Amino acid sequence: MTQTVSDHEVAAVVAADERRAERIDRIVGLIQRQGALAVLVVVVVIGSVAFPNFRSFDNAATILIAAAPPALIALGMTFVIITGGIDLSVGSLYVLGGVVSAYASQWGLLPAFLAPLAVCGLIGVLNGALIAYSRMAPFIVTLAALLGARGLMRAISDEGSTTYLVENDAFRAFGTGSFLGIGYPVWLVAAVFAAGMVLLSRTRFGHAVYAVGGSEDAASLMGVAVRRTKVWVYVMSGLLAGLAGAINAAKLGSGVTVLGTGMELDAIAAVVIGGTLLTGGAGTIAGTIAGVLLLGVIQNMINQVGNVPSSYQQVISGAFLAVVVVAQTYLVKLRRVT
Amino acid sequence: MSEATATATRPAIDLARIRAWLPAYGVYVAIALLMLFNVLFTPNFLAWSNLRIQLIQMAPIVIVALGMALVIGTEGIDLSVGAVMALAAALIPLYLGYGVIAAIIVSLIAGVLVGLINGTLVARVGLQPIVATLALFVGGRGLALVISGGQLKDVRNEDLIYLGSGDLFGIPVLVWIAALLVLIVGFVVRRTVFGRRLLAIGGNRPATELAGVPVKRVLVTVYVVCSVLASIAGLLAVARIQSSDASAVGLLIELSAITAVVVGGTPLTGGRVRVLGTVAGALLMQLVVATMIKHNLQPSTTEMVQAVIILVAVYVARERKTR
Repeated sequence: MTQTVSDHEVAAVVAADERRAERIDRIVGLIQRQGALAVLVVVVVIGSVAFPNFRSFDNAATILIAAAPPALIALGMTFVIITGGIDLSVGSLYVLGGVVSAYASQWGLLPAFLAPLAVCGLIGVLNGALIAYSRMAPFIVTLAALLGARGLMRAISDEGSTTYLVENDAFRAFGTGSFLGIGYPVWLVAAVFAAGMVLLSRTRFGHAVYAVGGSEDAASLMGVAVRRTKVWVYVMSGLLAGLAGAINAAKLGSGVTVLGTGMELDAIAAVVIGGTLLTGGAGTIAGTIAGVLLLGVIQNMINQVGNVPSSYQQVISGAFLAVVVVAQTYLVKLRRVT
Repeated sequence: MSEATATATRPAIDLARIRAWLPAYGVYVAIALLMLFNVLFTPNFLAWSNLRIQLIQMAPIVIVALGMALVIGTEGIDLSVGAVMALAAALIPLYLGYGVIAAIIVSLIAGVLVGLINGTLVARVGLQPIVATLALFVGGRGLALVISGGQLKDVRNEDLIYLGSGDLFGIPVLVWIAALLVLIVGFVVRRTVFGRRLLAIGGNRPATELAGVPVKRVLVTVYVVCSVLASIAGLLAVARIQSSDASAVGLLIELSAITAVVVGGTPLTGGRVRVLGTVAGALLMQLVVATMIKHNLQPSTTEMVQAVIILVAVYVARERKTR
């Protein structure tokens, strides 16, 4: 038996369907963008219940200060990845920046900050120029920079045998001191992140970064200076890695030559967990913060457990990364379908 | 004067032809020049004892780079190979009690499993290769450390040590194995349907799918092959060093392997695999390091020179604007 349905009823059903699809779309989008934040909240709640030492203010301050240098590197990486690129050199630049900073600290506080920025910024310029103007893959250019920067670091540290101590008291005080119980480096990193957020979401440069990652050709037709934008993101990435190195030198009181291996991949992991797509064109800095903190909190919780070897942290981080990226891919697909 | 007209229309040095020729054969030219330099200026460079050491050091990188070349041929990348080497290395001492064969099989199975995970993430879930393999890069070595308890274990099994340090007809077994694998991979790429499909995927995946090629299955196989080659390199590394240290075996080898592939003229954009070029790429990097060590240059200089070589190689091979 066929039922006659009035046009009015059909329209109502279609409208309801559309509303539902829109709602699902919004929710899925929200999960994709803020998933890392949600998981971070869950993990922090679990940690607070399970470990009495976890919820102390001091522990939170410890997590933040440990996360400060990786967070800076991940911030630069976020910009690079949104343009559809990648920067493998940041781990080396981080170490190089630390050694240069410790060496330059003998001339004062300002050189201790400016020297690593100059050196790492210059390598960033090289990266960016080669990638933007000579059509070479970012992966390879920055891989070469990884080797080159490491070589440079070894050269100025007598093949890694010389550790430069930070002689400047003000610089050391910056690394170890705190304001309102939270280390100075954390305040500095927070300020840099705030600036990064404004830059990405409120300026023409930020729009250009998204446009280049979305479609280079379209961006070029729209009048975006594609090459200049690309150069700048690699310069930023280099500068931030250098700054991260300086902060670490101030914290440790010396330029340590053996750290930083695999740091670029940790940063990429944090950015990807934070919801930035490696295909470019999408991503948020808030997500990156959540990604960095999540990895930091996991590490901290493993330390809380005590006799668990640190290798478990790598396993958990890796598994976590896998789960997040797989979930993200399905979310993106779901969104396209609905 | 036909000769004069010929020289007028065609310059003595045809830049366009050199430009086409250099990306493919530049690496061999560089090797030849470096060899010439060494023969002339490095004492005892041609001594067998020296060449032997160079070959032994090269073998694991070549084996890993072969798999990497296949993956790159599909427009992918595999960052997990170092972790696979560590996993294989960690498993060997655990199963050596059941015999060498058992230990080797277990470490190869580990390679297969990692390859299946990577391949499934890339082909079926649709992740980007760099992200898919990053998860195991981050977690795989940790897992290897968990398995081995984070301890260095000595390996005393004669048969295994023979694989790493023994000779067959005066040439190290390690080198025989690497050479055999080069031949097999070269044959697979050039002469088999699988090789053609792999290159087709790298060239144009949607078209390959439309042509009815089981793209996903081929991709999974490629990642499995890459991981198995890495686990072979891992067990050979254990056999050579005669101890298993999961925190050190294969550390950063993914970068050396990618370098060898790229310097050898395989484009990162897929669709082409140069097997001999990959071996040449590894040989060139090895020669650079050896030359610099023999002439008392510091590792720092070596690294910077390597960086320049990579850049030059990729600059020469970069795709030109077709417009």
